[in-house]
Amino acid sequence: MNFVAPESLIFWTTIIFLAFFFLLKKLAWKPILNAVKEREDSINDALLSAEKARLEMQNLKNDNERILKEARAERDAMMKDAKEIKDKLISEAKEEAKKQSAKLIELAKFTIQNEKQAAIVELKNQVAELSISIAEKVLKEELSSKEKQLKVIGDMLKDVKLN
Amino acid sequence: MIATKPLKAVLLAIAMLFSFVQFSYSQEYEVEHTSENQPEKEFNAGDLINHHIADSHEFHLIDWNGVSYSMPLPIILYTNNGLVTFLSSEFHHDNEGKVIVERKGQQFVRIHDGIFYADKVVDDHPSVMDFSSRPLNFSITKLVFSMLMSVIILFIVFISVAKSYKNNPNAPKGLTGFMEPLVLFVRDDIAIPNIGKKNYAKYMPYLLSIFFFIWINNLIGLIPFFPFSANLTGNIAFTFVLASLTFLITTFSGNKYYWKHILMPPVPWLLYPIMVPIEIIGMLTKPFALMIRLFANIAAGHIIILSLVSLIFIFKTIAIAPVSGAFVIFMTMLELLVAALQAYVFTLLSALFIGQAVADDHH
Repeated sequence: MNFVAPESLIFWTTIIFLAFFFLLKKLAWKPILNAVKEREDSINDALLSAEKARLEMQNLKNDNERILKEARAERDAMMKDAKEIKDKLISEAKEEAKKQSAKLIELAKFTIQNEKQAAIVELKNQVAELSISIAEKVLKEELSSKEKQLKVIGDMLKDVKLN
Repeated sequence: MIATKPLKAVLLAIAMLFSFVQFSYSQEYEVEHTSENQPEKEFNAGDLINHHIADSHEFHLIDWNGVSYSMPLPIILYTNNGLVTFLSSEFHHDNEGKVIVERKGQQFVRIHDGIFYADKVVDDHPSVMDFSSRPLNFSITKLVFSMLMSVIILFIVFISVAKSYKNNPNAPKGLTGFMEPLVLFVRDDIAIPNIGKKNYAKYMPYLLSIFFFIWINNLIGLIPFFPFSANLTGNIAFTFVLASLTFLITTFSGNKYYWKHILMPPVPWLLYPIMVPIEIIGMLTKPFALMIRLFANIAAGHIIILSLVSLIFIFKTIAIAPVSGAFVIFMTMLELLVAALQAYVFTLLSALFIGQAVADDHH
């Protein structure tokens, strides 16, 4: 090994390196390392808060889904109720109609009965009148004897048929 | 302006560094007329490689028409008569001790890039470790110049990155977007796993500094032209300083468990005379391994690439150039990986050693 002057290089290396070290330590290494550290911290914070936000979103989404589900269930229940009410109404209406019609029929029947009775009475009256007029005619023609007259009247009455 | 256009600022800084030196010293460029009147020397790959991976008092630019151009660098000597400074160009490219520079009544010569007192050198190959024959040398050498450049680049890059965080609180982009993953890599894959979440923050500036400092100097060493190419991280004096810093930080961060493990290891006390010295040696071998590993890896990479290039000159044929070139490209790609890998390994092991020193008791 061909040394020129080892003390020269040792001396200058020590001086230059130490000066280099102390100056760069103050002017470069500390600012760089601090800046990098700060940035790393801020990135970590950002990641952490992003994760938090994601969780919150998840919760919100779950809530929404739950609310939606509940709303759906409520709607279903309401629909069911409405259907029940509707059915009930329909059945009630049907019932009412039936009742009403039954009443009407009853009334009609009653009226018919009355009319029939009236008609029968009317007929009876007319028959009586007719009988009287027949009896008059018979009386006029055959009122010769009393026995004959009575026999004629009785026979005629027997022949009359009411219905 | 720097914050908005960091790339331009880096280029500008390099250009300014470069032009300042050139401007001041351009008239000093020395011309060496050796090959014209001397027979051409036999090519020696070992000399070339040694010269290339070693430090130097001038930054060699190019050899053109037998003339060697290089950028002179300041020589700063602490001599017996006090501080002496002059430019390396005063030696006129001489490396054999023939040109004598006189300052403050003392004469200096340069022999194989070492500066010696002219009157105290006795042989042709004096040892640089012989401090009686040479002054203390605190010159701005090629490697120091390269290191200054790397530090300026890192300053501009990281200060602009730091500023961009103030202006842009959103996701990083541009240069910041490129640098931030590297910073986070050091933090998340080196510091936190090895030191632990409790203690790592205190050591982050050091780990980031050595990681980028080693990496950029590894890369600068791989760029094969001026003002790059200096083999700084492949120099053991450089790696020695960095490993020493890791050692000091480890030692001074050590908690009671760390010292208890060294001074009172969990073995029968009869073994203490063996175990305690081993543990203390272990404290030193860890940074020693760091020092050797980085130095050897980077120096070896430079040596391999230069050896492959030298093949062309050894075989003296251009026919070998495609083969050599292909291998050089392959090795350079590998070295790009090694440049990052060794910066990573050095940082990782530093973090590991610090982590051992600050760890809670697990026994």
